[in-house]
Amino acid sequence: MQPFTTLTSTPAPMKVVNVDTDMIIPKQFLKTIKRTGLGKSLFFEMRYDEKGNENPDFVLNKPAYRKSEILIAGDNFGCGSSREHAPWALLDFGIRCVISTSFADIFYNNCFKNGILPITVSQEELDKLFDDADRGSNATLTVDLAAQEIKGPDGGTIRFEIDPFRKKCLMEGLDDIGLTMVKKSAIDTYEAKAKENRAWL
Amino acid sequence: MSAAPKTLYDKIFDDHVVDRQPDGTCLLYIDRHLVHEVTSPQAFEGLRMAGRPVRAPQKTLAVVDHNVPTSDRTKGIEEEESRIQVETLAQNAKDFGIEYYSERDKRQGIVHVIGPEQGFTLPGTTIVCGDSHTSTHGAFGALAHGIGTSEVEHVLATQTLIQKKAKNMLVEVKGSLGKGVTAKDIVLAIIGEIGTAGGTGSVIEFAGSAIRDLSMEGRMTVCNMTIEGGARAGLIAPDEKTFAYLKDRPKAPKGAHWDSAVRYWETLKSDEGAHFDRIVTLDANNLPPIVSWGTSPEDVVSIAGTVPDPAAIADEVKRQSKERALAYMGLTPGTKMTDIELDVVWIGSCTNGRIEDLRAVAKVVEGKTISSRLAYAMIVPGSGLVKEQAEAEGLDRIFTAAGFQWREPGCSMCLGMNPDQLKPGQRCASTSNRNFEGRQGFKGRTHLVSPAMAAAAAIAGRFVDIRTMS
Repeated sequence: MQPFTTLTSTPAPMKVVNVDTDMIIPKQFLKTIKRTGLGKSLFFEMRYDEKGNENPDFVLNKPAYRKSEILIAGDNFGCGSSREHAPWALLDFGIRCVISTSFADIFYNNCFKNGILPITVSQEELDKLFDDADRGSNATLTVDLAAQEIKGPDGGTIRFEIDPFRKKCLMEGLDDIGLTMVKKSAIDTYEAKAKENRAWL
Repeated sequence: MSAAPKTLYDKIFDDHVVDRQPDGTCLLYIDRHLVHEVTSPQAFEGLRMAGRPVRAPQKTLAVVDHNVPTSDRTKGIEEEESRIQVETLAQNAKDFGIEYYSERDKRQGIVHVIGPEQGFTLPGTTIVCGDSHTSTHGAFGALAHGIGTSEVEHVLATQTLIQKKAKNMLVEVKGSLGKGVTAKDIVLAIIGEIGTAGGTGSVIEFAGSAIRDLSMEGRMTVCNMTIEGGARAGLIAPDEKTFAYLKDRPKAPKGAHWDSAVRYWETLKSDEGAHFDRIVTLDANNLPPIVSWGTSPEDVVSIAGTVPDPAAIADEVKRQSKERALAYMGLTPGTKMTDIELDVVWIGSCTNGRIEDLRAVAKVVEGKTISSRLAYAMIVPGSGLVKEQAEAEGLDRIFTAAGFQWREPGCSMCLGMNPDQLKPGQRCASTSNRNFEGRQGFKGRTHLVSPAMAAAAAIAGRFVDIRTMS
């Protein structure tokens, strides 16, 4: 996993609440047996018309946001299914940070497994970030994970909270399975005890 | 000193902690892992690349459901990508020593239907699957939730998950349901009340007389849609109904093991005075049948109501989102729900594809014919065993006589990964769980309802209030 430290980009404003995982990556793209190559299908139904042409009104099709690495969106981003194809598609497109007032639990968790930083801010802060993002390429944001800060184009700073363990894993690009394998003897002990207490399992 | 009172969630969580760090990050043991073809290929690939085995293959059960066609399967799967995904799971199951139900096995079905059916789902266990509707299994008092593919790999490799304790939320449904009102209406009403993010960060325990009165099938419907209320897991304390459902299932404990299991299961309830971070109550007595109007499961109204007007929403982004939903759905505010005409009726899914659901449909449609307005109406049983049971009861003949298509089991049009999909603009009454844009097919329009309401809508060609039907 690619470590996440700092990121500077023009943020793309997506002023929609409840952006669900079907919107992020529709079902026809879940048939892959790979993790890569989903970027071109990100937000497929909003991004393209029925003939497959780009919808010019969709934010990521606008010249200023085509290379955005930060996405700003309304409440409850990533609700719906557990498909990790959603963060895979975002990552493959180039988005490494999503900012919203809230995230669905499974999506939020999946982001950290893929080096994507989801940042939760207040409604007031989100409104300010939307305003910044509306200025297009005239405005860039810098996300500093170590400092837990978003630096705006006008020098303003928004501080954000993040679980320390998740922060460490993201900053160092740590592999969860490797970390857990170190605790193999604790798992063995648990399993032996559980076999005694709940022998029917 | 007596221990502090615990919730059901606290008890199951605590019983599965392998390791707890000072910051509260826990390693949680996973008792049961369900695997399907869509969210597992990359996980098995990861294991192969790292040279890791599956730690506990006997605690893992694999089945194909999302991609399989619901038409005749004896000729194989026509669509290449779907076929590759299905074949990949078959091969992975073989290579890693995991029990696998193929599309030709009568035990095959939707992963959340077959888990309980086989007795693989048991009270007090931790259950995960790379599918958000894993919350279904909470109906048995199991701590069950969906995970992403990286976590599928983590569970395959270590039989554990890295977790932090969620908050406790209680949803109490008092009173009792009126005629024609079902578990589906309860859960849609709850989501309408708390919103699709209302349960985020929480595990929801459902309690109260209306929940206790539900059958196991009904409880599964409620827990299934917990995720639509934002909570990863729903829980219902196990009781005599739970034990009766599980007894003698193929993978349920037998003999002395059964007796000791029941003694443990009987302790699985929230203690008097246990702390809940949030409590929501709902009165079942006056609950009407519910229909969704928009593109989020929180967009619900009574069948007796009208399409709401978003103009009253103060927040601009939220208002625009609801206006967008109305435009997508092709609806005008103020339209009576009973005036909405339909093109397709679809009955099935892990929410409502069980035998009780099919019986409810048969009761409504017996001796009647589906409306000529409809392009088609389709019934997809949740599993091969549900199909077999329905056919033994003669339900299939009632359905086909009424004009329904009677299909092979799978997820089908709940998410349309197989050929069962809505065409652009088609409006569907569906017993599934999500009305998201494009969910059942590109530009398709989904209204979520109970099986009985879907059945009534199929006969009328538009929504009808099931309570007014003779």
